Amino acid sequence: MANNNVFIALQNNEEARPIIEAIEQDNAEARVEYAPAMVKIDAPGRIVVRRASVEELIGRDWDPQELHVNLISLSGNIDEDEDEFVLHRGD
Amino acid sequence: MAAKRLSLREKYQKFTRDLAWEPSYQDKANIFPQTEFEGIHIHDWDKWEDPFRLTVDAYWKYQAEKERKLYAIIDAFSQNNGQFNVSDARYVNALKLFLQGVSPLEYAAHRGFAMAGRQFSGVGPQVACQMQSIDELRHVQTQIHTISQYNKFFNGFHDWNHMHQRVWYLSVPKSFFEDAMSAGPFEFVTAISFSFEYVLTNLLFMPFMSGAAYNGDMATVTFGFSAQSDESRHMTLGLEVIKFMLEQDERNVPIVQKWIDKWFWRGYRLLTLVSMMMDYMLPKRVMSWKEAWEMYFEENGGALFEDLSRYGIRMPKYWDVSVKEKERLSHEAWSIFYNYDHAAAFHSWLPEESEMEWLSAKYPDTFDKYYRPRYEYWRSLQEKGERWYNSTLPMLCQLCQIPMAFTEPDDPTQICYRSSEYNGDKYHFCSDGCKDIFDDEPEKYVQSWLPVHQIYQGNCGGASVPEVLEWYHLVDGQDNKEFLDSQDRANWNRWKGESDSDTDQPVKAAVND
Ligand SMILES: [Fe+2]
Ligand SMILES: [Fe+2]
Ligand SMILES: [Zn+2]
Repeated sequence: MANNNVFIALQNNEEARPIIEAIEQDNAEARVEYAPAMVKIDAPGRIVVRRASVEELIGRDWDPQELHVNLISLSGNIDEDEDEFVLHRGD
Repeated sequence: MAAKRLSLREKYQKFTRDLAWEPSYQDKANIFPQTEFEGIHIHDWDKWEDPFRLTVDAYWKYQAEKERKLYAIIDAFSQNNGQFNVSDARYVNALKLFLQGVSPLEYAAHRGFAMAGRQFSGVGPQVACQMQSIDELRHVQTQIHTISQYNKFFNGFHDWNHMHQRVWYLSVPKSFFEDAMSAGPFEFVTAISFSFEYVLTNLLFMPFMSGAAYNGDMATVTFGFSAQSDESRHMTLGLEVIKFMLEQDERNVPIVQKWIDKWFWRGYRLLTLVSMMMDYMLPKRVMSWKEAWEMYFEENGGALFEDLSRYGIRMPKYWDVSVKEKERLSHEAWSIFYNYDHAAAFHSWLPEESEMEWLSAKYPDTFDKYYRPRYEYWRSLQEKGERWYNSTLPMLCQLCQIPMAFTEPDDPTQICYRSSEYNGDKYHFCSDGCKDIFDDEPEKYVQSWLPVHQIYQGNCGGASVPEVLEWYHLVDGQDNKEFLDSQDRANWNRWKGESDSDTDQPVKAAVND
């Protein structure tokens, strides 16, 4: 079962939609799967959520910590700062 | 905006780490007496990394926002009588099991993390545990609040906490959590934050809550996902604790591996209840237990353990058995409840023909061969008015406390029995996983409060089923037994204006003797 996928799952709602769109833009290998009420996004090795990409889509300031409100689950190591939220495997 | 804005890292540092101080009147070992006895060596608490740099002000802000959203939906749900919009009345039984079995664990987690936070001598884990303790209190409160709407319309919701302390199948989740809480702080967070929340709870909260949405239960999916949004933080604490212990000292590695082995198996056995909720209790199904296990454990869990292999950590022992069992688990579990539903606080039923077809499609190697014939036989009895209830109390596994109905890893037709001797007494187990855990700490598990033993010893209101039901606060013929014969079903049909010709010919509940 060798794989190094990380994933993030978000509620499928109005607030999360631009975040999902930003993830798709910034992570070429992301695989997006819809289930009732939720969206699960898998990618090999790394997923980044960029503040700038989300702000561009919603037309207002956005703090990556706002992710907490619509986050359902995740897998991977986390790196968080003012500009991005990163999930990754390894160091 | 005169002052320069702090970076997230600086802000976090100021708001958490800088709150700590070095004690001068008391020795640190006296203030934190539990940090050493488990054998874990910590040299530098400052090496603790806080992946989510959530400060207390941001914490309250986001939690308040989550609560506002949740309560808006709960209000809308009750004002619009949302309980009538679920797929069918059978669905509600999954919620009964959730409230009796899971919500009390949220409260236990609230207590457990308050205790763990007090015992860690580093400020990083103290803050994380404290926030989690508050989260868990929120979870139990929102669940009670949301589900109370169902209590006005359906049986079985009335005394869930009392039941959690007494009813036979609820000793499975109760003893799981009490085992963790009576361990030391490092084992507790390995058990709950890592093994349960990080590795296993996705199985409960993702497919099951998504399933609630699919079955029209807007309120449950909302509290489920609201709780789950905190869960990402909890899972991250779990992973951090593991990495921290592994990085601090090489001597910690075998201890951590042993805990991972133990708590993977304990957690997996607990999820038996979830497997049958997914395959049998959701009238509209999202995915099978087998598919969920493949997605969330084999795939995601596999990636996680590969990541941890650089610390010398391997996959949990007996994970391969869980994979062998994935085509049987939910069916074996549902059969237990069909047998003993006269003593359970929710209804059971046989799958309808269309559901049998779904099950054979999802379980092509096992369902038609082993389980369909059993259900068809039970259906034939039911049609004769002899719905089967098993009046012989089952032998329970001394460790996981589930009736011993699981089969041999390599033979689905043979019940798996294992046993150990300790101080001249013989103890029984459902699996090698449960036996190993016992053998490692027999002095702990010989004390288990096993419901069946307790009934036979006369500690549960009396030796007969009616006495025990009364002691459980269960009303016979109302909260228990076959769904087809239930008040829940009759009421549902009346509310939905559906013909009740089936319920006019009640199926007699016969307990064999
Ligand atoms: Fe919780
Ligand atoms: Fe939690
Ligand atoms: Zn067992």
